[in-house]
Amino acid sequence: MTSRRFNKLAARVGFWGLVALVVVVAVFPFYYAVITSLKPSGDLFRVELWPSTWDLANYVQVFTQRSFIQAIFNSILVATSVVFIALLLGITASYALGRVRFRGRSTVLLVILGVSMFPQVAVLSGLFEVIRALNLYNNPGGLILSYTIFTLPFTVWVLTTFMRQLPMELEEAAIMDGATPWVTITKVFLPLMWPAMATTGLLAFIAAWNEFLFALTFTLTDSQRTVPVAIALLSGGSAYELPWGPIMAASVIVTVPLVVLVIIFQRRIVSGLTAGAVKG
Amino acid sequence: MASVTLDKINKIFGSTHIIKDVDLDIGDGEFVVFVGPSGCGKSTLLRLIAGLESISDGTLSIGETVVNELPPRERGVGMVFQSYALYPHMTVYENMAFGLKLAKASKETVDDRVMATARILQLEELLDRKPKALSGGQRQRVAMGRAMAREPRILLFDEPLSNLDASLRVQMRNEIARLHNRLGSTMIYVTHDQVEAMTLADKIVVLNGGRIEQVGSPHELYQRPATKFVAGFIGSPTMNFMPASLAGQAEAGCRVQVEGIGELSLPQAAGEHAAGAALTLGVRPEHLRLEAASSDNAFEIVNVEYLGNEVYVYLEPMAGETLLIHRSEAPSRWQEGQRVALVPDPQHVHLFDADNRALKASRARAVA
Repeated sequence: MTSRRFNKLAARVGFWGLVALVVVVAVFPFYYAVITSLKPSGDLFRVELWPSTWDLANYVQVFTQRSFIQAIFNSILVATSVVFIALLLGITASYALGRVRFRGRSTVLLVILGVSMFPQVAVLSGLFEVIRALNLYNNPGGLILSYTIFTLPFTVWVLTTFMRQLPMELEEAAIMDGATPWVTITKVFLPLMWPAMATTGLLAFIAAWNEFLFALTFTLTDSQRTVPVAIALLSGGSAYELPWGPIMAASVIVTVPLVVLVIIFQRRIVSGLTAGAVKG
Repeated sequence: MASVTLDKINKIFGSTHIIKDVDLDIGDGEFVVFVGPSGCGKSTLLRLIAGLESISDGTLSIGETVVNELPPRERGVGMVFQSYALYPHMTVYENMAFGLKLAKASKETVDDRVMATARILQLEELLDRKPKALSGGQRQRVAMGRAMAREPRILLFDEPLSNLDASLRVQMRNEIARLHNRLGSTMIYVTHDQVEAMTLADKIVVLNGGRIEQVGSPHELYQRPATKFVAGFIGSPTMNFMPASLAGQAEAGCRVQVEGIGELSLPQAAGEHAAGAALTLGVRPEHLRLEAASSDNAFEIVNVEYLGNEVYVYLEPMAGETLLIHRSEAPSRWQEGQRVALVPDPQHVHLFDADNRALKASRARAVA
């Protein structure tokens, strides 16, 4: 074997070795959670890569809890509302910030960026007062409001950047065709902004779906909780026992929708929809 | 179809004055070309007419209506953009129907108009395609179709051919000219390419620095440029300019002294210019004759370009560095390195004063 061929082989082995390492680090915890969720409670602490006995008891236990079903429903309601509101406001704001020339535009953009830098804890007590004042405590509305506040800066920034990249002449062509700004946004820009909207919408959804601190603080009763809090509050038979089996089962249940969403929207994100708009 | 009248139109962007007191009459059915170097304001002027920019001062009328404050859709104008700006997510049909649908035309009307437009532009086979599946020339035609489908009174073109390659450009130029003949609608066309301007226009408007330099037919602009700028801009290769001075009045015209050529007797009237005034002599490359050099009035041939049907000879004056160009039919007997004398044709010579204005021919010898 010549040294060049050896080097080439070594490079390939090294590359795939690194890939394998990344995949293991990223996927193994999830894999282990799936396995754990499928084990009977007696086997929980036996270390093994493939369970010797299968058992769906943990899933049955989770799904027979009414409060957990309610929590999933709350999470879906909160996350989809956040995505919808954030995209609606984000698109209209990005049109103004990306397309309309007005004094103080960059100041507005910087303020929006600045807002997104506050840590959650810093605004927690203030936001709590706001939510009490708006009578949204222990109500999905309170969560929708607070998540939207934290999602909007990112949404607006990404969509504004994307909006600016759309050719100016496209908008002018729409104006010549007699389109109002609203028609331009909905009929011309929106179809072209799918990739950006899918990306930001997905990230907003994930953030709202996973959020814990606000969800814990702004809700009181089981019927209003979202999934992360519900999982954390799953209790075992006694105060000294953590119900790992049901916790893992619940984690798997709430992770699957995210994985499915990412796989669905992946194509949208990748596809270049602006091809053919202008020569290039 | 309608006429367009610009009355003292001004456009100011912040602190820059882009369009300065432009007056222009465009007749019904005329093909008008705005031409000029980049930054001369020609596109801005078109966008003012389209309604994409607001007019700072002056009056713009289309037909009998003052349209200063009207939005584009109420002006009855259609525009073809340089980048085409087709809606990429819509088919050719939808692209052309978009404006009609927004105008709340009935389904049958939309269909009729789109099909009629598609027939004129030979787009019938492509109606279901998306823009990305079209070639450059096809996109260009769709862009024109979209502008035409609403049957605007005026069609505006903003450098529509600059994205096409050379041979396609000639072909589309031809199609636009035939389209104008067929539709007979008023068209305003912006280009920086003087060949497009010369071949398409009924009337050329030469713009420079936000002002109109000259308005006229291609023939007028070529034969009687009003300013040195127009003389240099129209025609390829460009006109030769040589410094000259007024030697005196003559019975019918004037006499000028040109460095390297000698004294010429020209038909232009000196007017109020006194003897000794600095002038510029302009001669087109085809209106020069080369002769074997005598002693002092010599130019050196630095390059000979053979183009098949004609030959460009580049000449370097003994004093001064601007090259002069001579054009003649091929074959040419001149060769690089030879010394020659220049003899301009006095009937086709232009004179410009220090303000770059052309001197008019004196009445006695005015040529048609």
